[in-house]
Amino acid sequence: MFVDNNSLESVTILTEHELHEIDGWLKRFPEDQRQSALLGALRAVMHEDHYLSYEKMDAVAEYLGIPKVAVYEVASFYSMYEMDEKAAGKNTIAVCTNISCMLNGSDKIVKHIESKLGIKHGETTPDGEFYFKIEEECLAACCGAPMMQLNHVYHEHLTLSKVDELLDTCLPKRSDDDVGESESAAVKSTDSIVDKKGGK
Amino acid sequence: MSDKIETIKITVDGKELEAKPGAMLIEVTDQVGIHIPRFCYHKKLTVSANCRMCLVEVEKAPKPMPACATPVTEGMTVWTRSEKALTAQKDTMEFLLINHPLDCPICDQGGECELQDLSVAFGGSSSNYHEVKRVVVDKNIGELVSTELTRCIQCMRCVRFGEEIAGMRELGAMGRGDRVEIGTFVQKSLSSELSGNIIDICPVGALTAKPSRFTSRAWEMMQTAAVASHDCVGSNTHIHTFKKKLVRVIAGDNEAINECWISDRDRFSYQGIESKDRAEVPMIKKDGNWKRVSWEDALNAVAEKLKAAHPDNIGVLASPRATIEELYLLQKSMRAIGVNSLDHRLRQTDFNQQESMGLFPWLGMSLSDIEAQDAMLLVGSNVRKEQPMINHRIRNAVNNQAAKVFTVNPRHLEFNYPVELQFVSDPLEMVNTLAGVAAASFKISKATIPAGLKDLLNAVEVTAESKSLAKTLKDAENAVVFLGSIAVQHPGYSTLRALSSVIADNTGATLGYFAESANTVGAWLAGMVPHRTQAGGVVEEVGKSTAQMLDKGMNTFVLLDVEPSFDCDDAVLANETMKVADCVISISPYLSGSMLEQADIILPSAAYTETSGTFVNAEGVWQSFNAASQSYEEARPAWKILRVLGNVLGLDGFDYVSSSDVRDELKKACGGVSEVNNSFEVVGIYTTLDKLAVTNNVLQRIGEVAEFCGDALVRRAEALQKSAPQQDAIQLNSAEVTRMGLQVSLDENQLVDVKQGVETVSMPLILNDAIPDGCVLLASGTESSSLLGSAFGSVEITS
Ligand code: SF4
Ligand code: FES
Ligand code: FES
Repeated sequence: MFVDNNSLESVTILTEHELHEIDGWLKRFPEDQRQSALLGALRAVMHEDHYLSYEKMDAVAEYLGIPKVAVYEVASFYSMYEMDEKAAGKNTIAVCTNISCMLNGSDKIVKHIESKLGIKHGETTPDGEFYFKIEEECLAACCGAPMMQLNHVYHEHLTLSKVDELLDTCLPKRSDDDVGESESAAVKSTDSIVDKKGGK
Repeated sequence: MSDKIETIKITVDGKELEAKPGAMLIEVTDQVGIHIPRFCYHKKLTVSANCRMCLVEVEKAPKPMPACATPVTEGMTVWTRSEKALTAQKDTMEFLLINHPLDCPICDQGGECELQDLSVAFGGSSSNYHEVKRVVVDKNIGELVSTELTRCIQCMRCVRFGEEIAGMRELGAMGRGDRVEIGTFVQKSLSSELSGNIIDICPVGALTAKPSRFTSRAWEMMQTAAVASHDCVGSNTHIHTFKKKLVRVIAGDNEAINECWISDRDRFSYQGIESKDRAEVPMIKKDGNWKRVSWEDALNAVAEKLKAAHPDNIGVLASPRATIEELYLLQKSMRAIGVNSLDHRLRQTDFNQQESMGLFPWLGMSLSDIEAQDAMLLVGSNVRKEQPMINHRIRNAVNNQAAKVFTVNPRHLEFNYPVELQFVSDPLEMVNTLAGVAAASFKISKATIPAGLKDLLNAVEVTAESKSLAKTLKDAENAVVFLGSIAVQHPGYSTLRALSSVIADNTGATLGYFAESANTVGAWLAGMVPHRTQAGGVVEEVGKSTAQMLDKGMNTFVLLDVEPSFDCDDAVLANETMKVADCVISISPYLSGSMLEQADIILPSAAYTETSGTFVNAEGVWQSFNAASQSYEEARPAWKILRVLGNVLGLDGFDYVSSSDVRDELKKACGGVSEVNNSFEVVGIYTTLDKLAVTNNVLQRIGEVAEFCGDALVRRAEALQKSAPQQDAIQLNSAEVTRMGLQVSLDENQLVDVKQGVETVSMPLILNDAIPDGCVLLASGTESSSLLGSAFGSVEITS
């Protein structure tokens, strides 16, 4: 390989944490297989910026010594990567709307979240706290439908109040004055949907 | 190949076949002409087996198998046209057509489309799919290739081509599943010098040639085999014409020469043939006014002028792109009237020791042998742009057998393979750098340093790098030192050549040349040099070289397809010399503005595709071709013009009937020589260069020929010119810019005034940190350069 890591521009573009992560991934693969660290590298960037900018993708390409298109290909292939700055929310909510979840009321969950956050499905809240991602594929948790991922963690057997609770845990701590307001917003829409207790 | 290669037996469609174990089924069937339909498989690319069109029935296999990805095994029985196979193929076809538009009537590929052909041969007449088809937004990927990506069937040939052949991945498959799109993702023009090949390999009309888009249908065109005319490889091409008008050029197959690829320059240069400044009729200048005359009058006038001038005052300059027939007839007629000053080495400036050249600048090996080299030293060559197909061979050597490549160049170049080490120094210093390597090679060989090189070699420092280069060449089983066009143009060429020769001798490497143009080798064989006649014959009196002719001001010039201000090293000098000459006779397809000023008689000749002829490539292979299109107006093939001129001059032996008669006469004289001894004894004194006084704003010029400016044809090829606007710019590194206190605004096309000699031109400035300190890259052959001085002189940036 002819990658001289010290003189690369990418070193100045990628954050210390990202470089540390990428180096960690690189250690797990043979030296001439740097491309193998690509998924991990992009994940590290997602973790920092919540989306992949061209700048960072190009920096990853340079750092790994692979063509830029190879990075774009991978980034555009996996739905866990976002390439639009508008999709960069600190927390990502992905409600499954595929068949099993749909039959179990995922539409209502989506509507609820939309009105709670005041944004449309696919948008990010203006304060950048939440990105409400459109998840197109079945997330393979049909037996717990309806379900969603919150920051990639699975939450099954959703009810509207459960959704409220979950989202509230993500919000930064507020002073007492604010509590009333936020509660009223949440209360407004806590009527129950198909609420299957139990689960695993 | 030894005959003991084990073979196995397989049965295909009831026929017993022998095959190499491990070969893919499709390779075996292709060899014997059993046709299996395919889209993604391409003999020069890796197998990706994603289109499934090649499904065949294999006995004992539960499902149909893809022939492109199924290795043959002993006793295998295959049915390519059984019901099971045909059903699988038909179903695949139906599947592929789900998203393919029915726009064949307006598709450039219609009539030569693999999808169309196979759909007729293997598809059904109706589809079960009645839903909407997908639409893909087209991408702008530059001036050369048009996209219509809704037609793409995702065979990935273009993507694999980028990675495996072009050596740079520019196209990729974005997205996933039914939404996969081919593209660059970020809008960008393709920059590979081989990018046009994706037009040939795309099985559908998704990637087509932009310049010939919507101009004619495949079945209306005539195809003529031709030989490309811009580099020393002689790539085989096919020229397509419609009603005798040029439409496009595609690659021809010739495994030994260009495999099945051609460079973009060879593919798109044909546009220059339909340039607006073609010369229509013979013309004579009388009292500063041009008069159109008949061929008879024109040739009589030429004969008169030639007879009136003293032969020693007649200079003949010919393009190394002229056919061997033209060069030979010009040489023969001129020598017959006593002219000795003939040359085709238009950009060369140092002719010292020219006698030590072999019969012609030979590659030193066959093109395919390049792939067997283990170590290579490139001296003065931007090989990727100069000789794209040779670069491709070098790349194969690097990729397939870890060949080590070293370069000695005046600037750092971008390669599409790993290069062991690039020795970069300014043009003058380049000689010392190479001398360092030579000195290191003497340390290894313990040979005595020839007297002429002693001073130079003793004065240089032998670095660890040059030692390791010399050692690598020495240790390699097959090693070669190649001299490229930058070396030939270099003011110290004779020294570079002598140094390369001793390095080769000392390390046991071969010495090879990248001949500059399509017929440089032919020009040597035809005797288009001042010191030899045809086939290397001796001359009684050595004539003047290009440099001497331009410098000493002959009073009569004969130019064969030469535009002095663009084709010669020092445009200012060439312009001046032509202007003061009593008579300049130009045989050329074109009438440029400067030509009208400089010439006195213009004989319009047929352009490249309008004449039959022969080129001899760098390996020494003679390749003849026929005319593909009609001559323009009254233009005539130059070999005919010269034959008649021979008659008008009353010379013997000018009764040829066809161009092949001319070729055969010369070929006989050459006696079938195809290999040349490139090595020579280094004796005598070599050119030493004075240090340039690099002052504040004076910098050394690196004047290598721009990729698309090497000859009159390509300079007029519109799409290629548009694709490379950076050719006509001045490039220097940011440190120099700061040092000179130039104000640079990066986003705009900033112009600076550049002065060389007496002329000043205004040209765009590009920052390029690969240019060494104290230098500028200001390529030759460009508009700006046609007003400036020597390619490796010094230039001043005045503001
Ligand atoms: S553009 Fe052509 S070559 Fe490329 S994947 Fe599509 S069909 Fe194949
Ligand atoms: S449909 Fe929602 S998890 Fe499968
Ligand atoms: S040619 Fe075999 S799968 Fe495409």
